Amino acid sequence: MSQSYNRGLVEDFGRWKEFSAGMWAWIFHKFTGWVLIGYLFTHIAVLSTSIDGAQGKTTMVGGEELNVYTATLQGLEGLFLIRLLEVGLLAVAVFHILNGLRLLMVDLGVGLEAQDKSFYASLILTGAITVASVPTFLTGVTI
Amino acid sequence: MAERYSSFTPGGTGWFLQRITAAFLVVVLAFHFFLLHFVNHAYEVTFMGTQTRMQNVGYFLTMVLFLITAAFHGVNGVYNALVNQGLEGGRKKAVLAVLTLASVALVAQGIYVALAMRGMI
Repeated sequence: MSQSYNRGLVEDFGRWKEFSAGMWAWIFHKFTGWVLIGYLFTHIAVLSTSIDGAQGKTTMVGGEELNVYTATLQGLEGLFLIRLLEVGLLAVAVFHILNGLRLLMVDLGVGLEAQDKSFYASLILTGAITVASVPTFLTGVTI
Repeated sequence: MAERYSSFTPGGTGWFLQRITAAFLVVVLAFHFFLLHFVNHAYEVTFMGTQTRMQNVGYFLTMVLFLITAAFHGVNGVYNALVNQGLEGGRKKAVLAVLTLASVALVAQGIYVALAMRGMI
């Protein structure tokens, strides 16, 4: 057993100024995880319009008759706020994936000595991928 | 003493499944985002397009497996985060029951949706 030392509770958020890179990674991973599972419930709720859509149910949008599923998704995608939230979701998902890979490596005992550097790399890569994706995510929508 | 922050027991079933699902989700979540935002665009999604994608058995099964693993990984993660926060006793059991019910309902609804998208309902 390796020598242990007391870093105190991560749950004690008041100590945030004392947090190390690994503790921040832990907090960000929890936060992004909560967002992602919350989103999954919302996602399935929205996609449930396909049940009516499969029955051929339609709705009128701007004088055009559209399948309810198509109308719901395209209606949401027409909102600037939704597009911004999608960029946020991408950032959250990319960080969770990259930090998740980092955690799998830590679990396997690979690169333990660089676990703080790999956290910073996760953050930088998340930022870069998110920024690079903004044009794609904001195509065809106006404020 | 705070040598480990995780409430998972290394080597335990929950710990193992959380990591197995993680390895799968890393790939499939990235694929899902890439396919529906960069190859196809979310604002161009139509019922016809979704139905066409879901007609492919491999894609359909991947999406169903994606749903099941994501629901497990997410809900198991939430449960363990709450245990880390000090959840104990009766409240711990109640939270586990609620989360289990919620995830079963999510997976059931999701599979129903997937079948509807595939034109099987």
